[in-house]
Amino acid sequence: MLEQLFSLATIVGILHSGVRLATPYLFASLGETFVQRSGVLNLGVDGIMLMGAFTGFYVVFRGHPLWWGVLAALGVGILMGLLMAVVSVTMQAEQGISGIGLYLFGLGLSSLLFKTLIGSVEGVSGFPRLHIPGLSDLPVVGPIFFDHNVLVYLAYLMVPLTWFTINKTTFGLKVRAVGHNPEAADSLGVSVDGIRYLTLMVGGALAGVAGASLSIGLLNVFQENMTNGLGFIAVALVYFGSWRAVGVLAGALLFSMVNALQLWVQVLDIPIPSDLAVMLPYLLTILVLALTARQIHQPAALAKPYERGE
Amino acid sequence: MIRRPSLPLAQLIDLLLPVAAVALALLVGAGFLLGLGVSPLMAYGAMVKGALGNTSGITQTLTKATPLLLVGLGICIAFRGGVINIGGEGQIIVGALAATAFALAFPTWPRWLLLPATLLIGALTGMFWGGIAGWLKARMGVNEILSTVMLNQIALQIMNFLLRGPMLDPEQIAAGTNIPQSAALPQTVWLARLVPRTLFHSGAILALVLAGVVYVLLWRTTIGYRIRAVGLNPSASRYAGIPVPRYAVLALALSGALSGLAGAVEVTGVHHRMMEGISGGYGFSGIVAALFGKLHPLGTVPASVLFGALLVGADKMQRAVQVPSSLIVSLQGLVVLFVVASELYVRRRTRRRVGGGTPEPTPEAPPRSAASPSVTVLPQE
Repeated sequence: MLEQLFSLATIVGILHSGVRLATPYLFASLGETFVQRSGVLNLGVDGIMLMGAFTGFYVVFRGHPLWWGVLAALGVGILMGLLMAVVSVTMQAEQGISGIGLYLFGLGLSSLLFKTLIGSVEGVSGFPRLHIPGLSDLPVVGPIFFDHNVLVYLAYLMVPLTWFTINKTTFGLKVRAVGHNPEAADSLGVSVDGIRYLTLMVGGALAGVAGASLSIGLLNVFQENMTNGLGFIAVALVYFGSWRAVGVLAGALLFSMVNALQLWVQVLDIPIPSDLAVMLPYLLTILVLALTARQIHQPAALAKPYERGE
Repeated sequence: MIRRPSLPLAQLIDLLLPVAAVALALLVGAGFLLGLGVSPLMAYGAMVKGALGNTSGITQTLTKATPLLLVGLGICIAFRGGVINIGGEGQIIVGALAATAFALAFPTWPRWLLLPATLLIGALTGMFWGGIAGWLKARMGVNEILSTVMLNQIALQIMNFLLRGPMLDPEQIAAGTNIPQSAALPQTVWLARLVPRTLFHSGAILALVLAGVVYVLLWRTTIGYRIRAVGLNPSASRYAGIPVPRYAVLALALSGALSGLAGAVEVTGVHHRMMEGISGGYGFSGIVAALFGKLHPLGTVPASVLFGALLVGADKMQRAVQVPSSLIVSLQGLVVLFVVASELYVRRRTRRRVGGGTPEPTPEAPPRSAASPSVTVLPQE
């Protein structure tokens, strides 16, 4: 049975799933990268994702176009990000705790809305696979990289976009300054609170889309707590990727590849306990964090509320 | 408890802030209910009646309050010590798993030995699980928020594996149903029921006693003083000669022990076997209860009863007026948000009183009175 795992078709299948499953991690983690680079820890990503997943699904379920679903998820994400900003930036709340509050709020509300507005698990037809002439027909490479729906491509496009925005734009410079030394940024006339509001909105928007990518892109259903803690992993991936877009990409792929492998192991009925396989990426994340935490410089003001001196 | 006579009004406001947060959350919830076309009065009425209206409701409330209190006490220790323990869920799970495995392994032991040993095993396993996060923080500099989240997932997978394989109830295998749960525990290890024909068990008394123990630990012992000192100001504590990393490990381990015990108590008191969903979100709800109790062990007691009542009431409301009980989860989230947001007010006032721009009192300052804790700014990494 094990040799089945090493056939070309299976390996292509695993890599295809891996590339695809990285989508929600990428959206959510890249959004959280903006947030953390500006010195805020938004632990409520999972709650935002659930709200985004529900909203996107509901819009499509009611017969509206798929893109409306994505936009609605994005909008809900922004609102949730704003809520976090009011509590954590304006009210300077302890961010680890307010994030838990945001998570519970999103978890409960998405489930409440699902049960009252939909009631049972229903499917929708989500984003279809996009056939790219030429590229999709390539052997091996085609099915792995160019046989996905548009949200998957968009997620990967966010990697260079995030890198560029953070490293090459004035906005990114301000984000980094605010996260590294808010006092200095403030004295140079950068609004610390303003930038943090913006990054929380960006992070919220992307977390919302990450949720929608699950409910109308990858799985095409909505279930209560369907993220199953994915949003918390997304937060950890930002640390894992040492606050850089490329690092986040590596972490997201690691998680999604192991998940894909685990799914295929189940499909092929190979007698390896899949629960233990699912555990691997979490163990690996702890290990990587343990080995790198001392060397990596996190944004100096991460998770510290900023209050102007008198 | 209020020993400092100054500013009684301010202290009253401190105590009322969490109450206001709950009131505000319920108000927002009323908005949701109106949006769903349900009369908030009817829904909340069904909640109160269901949770507190009769013996059955009250005992259910107290049964739910028990794990909340245990987890919440652990959260008090952790947050006071400046570490954020989000790993309650995982610690409950490993505690429950270990307790179950232990009781099933030694079913012939006499009750006086087996029951305490089982509870102890649960607590020790939770302690170990929390201690891992503490050790990772102290020795490797790993953020405990992340490690506890990861450890939650790992515990969950261990449970899934064990309940589908090694620990699966032989009766389930025989019947071919394969519902993931363990065999039933021997009756010798069941916690005594306090009210006949209800689930209300003596674990509640244990939790209540531990609330007193945690209070004494935090406010009457050197260890507790140091835990709080490290939480308030790690750098000043270091200068005062307190080994800060060791106390971070201790705070997380003790916190884990209480959550692990909660798992063991759920198994021996309520379910009498290990099953999926045993943690029941208590790992998060315990945080809410502890915050509502102002991170004070004695404040966490009524807070646990309140949130236990909300959980039970939500189920009753679901049946009476068909409003999903998940409403309460979102309201819990709002309570957390409102409570942590309102701390800004407490912090600003405390600072004015201390005078000038002194950001946080150092541990050399007189220990705060029990009634006016302001663990608002937890220490940075």
